[in-house]
Amino acid sequence: MEILERRACITGIGQSDVGRRLFRDPLELTLDACLAAIEDAGLEREQIDGLATYPGAGGPAGFSGASLTDVHDALRLELSWYEGGMESPGQLGSVINACMAVACGLATHVLCFRSVWEATAAAKTGAIGVAAAAGGGAAGGGGFRASGSMQWTLPYRAFSAANWIALFAQRHFHEYGTTREQLAQIALNARKNAALNPKAVYRDPMTLDDYLNARMISTPFGLFDCDAPCDGATAVIVSRVDAARDLAKPPVRVEAVGSALRGRPSWDQFDDLTTMAARDAGEMLWTRTDLTPSDVDVAELYDGFSFITLCWLEALGFCGKGESGSFVEGGARIALDGELPLNTQGGQLSAGRLHGYGYLHEAVLQLRGEGAERQVPGNPQVAVAAAGGGPLASCLLLTRAA
Amino acid sequence: MSSDAPFRVLPKLTPRNEAFWTGGREGELRIQRCSDCATWVHPPQPICPACTGKNLETKAVSGRATVATFTVNHQEWIPGSKDPYVIAIVELEEDAAVRLTTNVVECAPENVKVGMPVRVVFEEREDVWIPLFAPDTEAAGNR
Repeated sequence: MEILERRACITGIGQSDVGRRLFRDPLELTLDACLAAIEDAGLEREQIDGLATYPGAGGPAGFSGASLTDVHDALRLELSWYEGGMESPGQLGSVINACMAVACGLATHVLCFRSVWEATAAAKTGAIGVAAAAGGGAAGGGGFRASGSMQWTLPYRAFSAANWIALFAQRHFHEYGTTREQLAQIALNARKNAALNPKAVYRDPMTLDDYLNARMISTPFGLFDCDAPCDGATAVIVSRVDAARDLAKPPVRVEAVGSALRGRPSWDQFDDLTTMAARDAGEMLWTRTDLTPSDVDVAELYDGFSFITLCWLEALGFCGKGESGSFVEGGARIALDGELPLNTQGGQLSAGRLHGYGYLHEAVLQLRGEGAERQVPGNPQVAVAAAGGGPLASCLLLTRAA
Repeated sequence: MSSDAPFRVLPKLTPRNEAFWTGGREGELRIQRCSDCATWVHPPQPICPACTGKNLETKAVSGRATVATFTVNHQEWIPGSKDPYVIAIVELEEDAAVRLTTNVVECAPENVKVGMPVRVVFEEREDVWIPLFAPDTEAAGNR
């Protein structure tokens, strides 16, 4: 079986301004990121013949800064293939689709983007507007009734993914003895790395005491276990390998992808309450490559909530099942100069909730050696970018072009 | 409903979910079950996910369950709801694979534990009966 994603590579990356409350037109931010990625690749706008995004149009205020159509028309693109939607294996499912589109010859250079303006939306509508609208409507009562999957959680005031993921974290604590001090390492490591990232939204130093004393959100999650809503957009260009040879930057190769979901597609009916869909995506990824977890030089793993990163560490085989707490204990192993540098841009916990694409952007930056102050030493050759929590998950294994 | 009862978003009733959300009127927790292969099915479906048969019935279960996991919510998502409350996933006695997200009530949040036996209680709101779970003191003595 040919591993088709190897016909794809990443040739350009771009990111807009990122901030807590920019009060900027989200479409403008999105286009800033898109144009930056096109320029970074050394391409002309006319050469972009594919477009992909997550989630595209719709969703609660701030969740999507631009629809596929918005970007298509604003850039006057002439497309051979395009796709946008929310029912995919997490945010990076759109990038995997783009890889398949170029591999199958439907397009040559696909512009992929993810755009958020949740910080400004919350400032305008109140945080609850954002949290509850995720459930399909306002939570202010007024006759609104929950339907679909949300009917099983909203009546119990489980309004937020913070609650849904906390349930998994608590079960992991129960079965494996994982502690808040261990979980803290994900947040502390992110903050340490964010200090070296000029675009990160939270850069002030954080101590273990700061972490433990922060107000509780939903046990075992305190404030610093939850990512920081922000405004910003990220774009990447996925190109067919044979069309990437003479571009501006050395292409980053896509070695393998994981997109599986074998458990039930549900927050509370998934078979194992100590792991999530990451388990299936991670397992699939390693069936598509001869590389192994020990070959990975840098890991950019989703931290929408700190526990999700522990989940991905286990899912991708960096440690055994249930061992992620002790794996990150003390934080040295996951530091920039550690054996597995993790979330080198500061993750979503400290760099801002760019929602999935931030990890991919950072993985490419690190493999190119463009990490500046936060560059992982030793010329990293292999990186993994993974995104999604709960029943949403996908991941990409990336390598520097030989 | 007492005046200090918490705000709740209520479920929209449909032919498929009505038995679940209104069984409390008769004091029953009702779960779908396949008449052909005896599989418990939740959330309710038009076909059995095990055998794909369409002979699904709704059966009253014991209402006894075990806390599989829980979280104590402190965040004030809705203005005015400051008191911590317990969100849990419970596994039904009839089949642990049937889980419900719920609230554990009649119990201080700090006393909720994974593995704790609980039993269903209902909270009537308009035209629905929300299944909640309280410590099952009888079972606690036996298990």
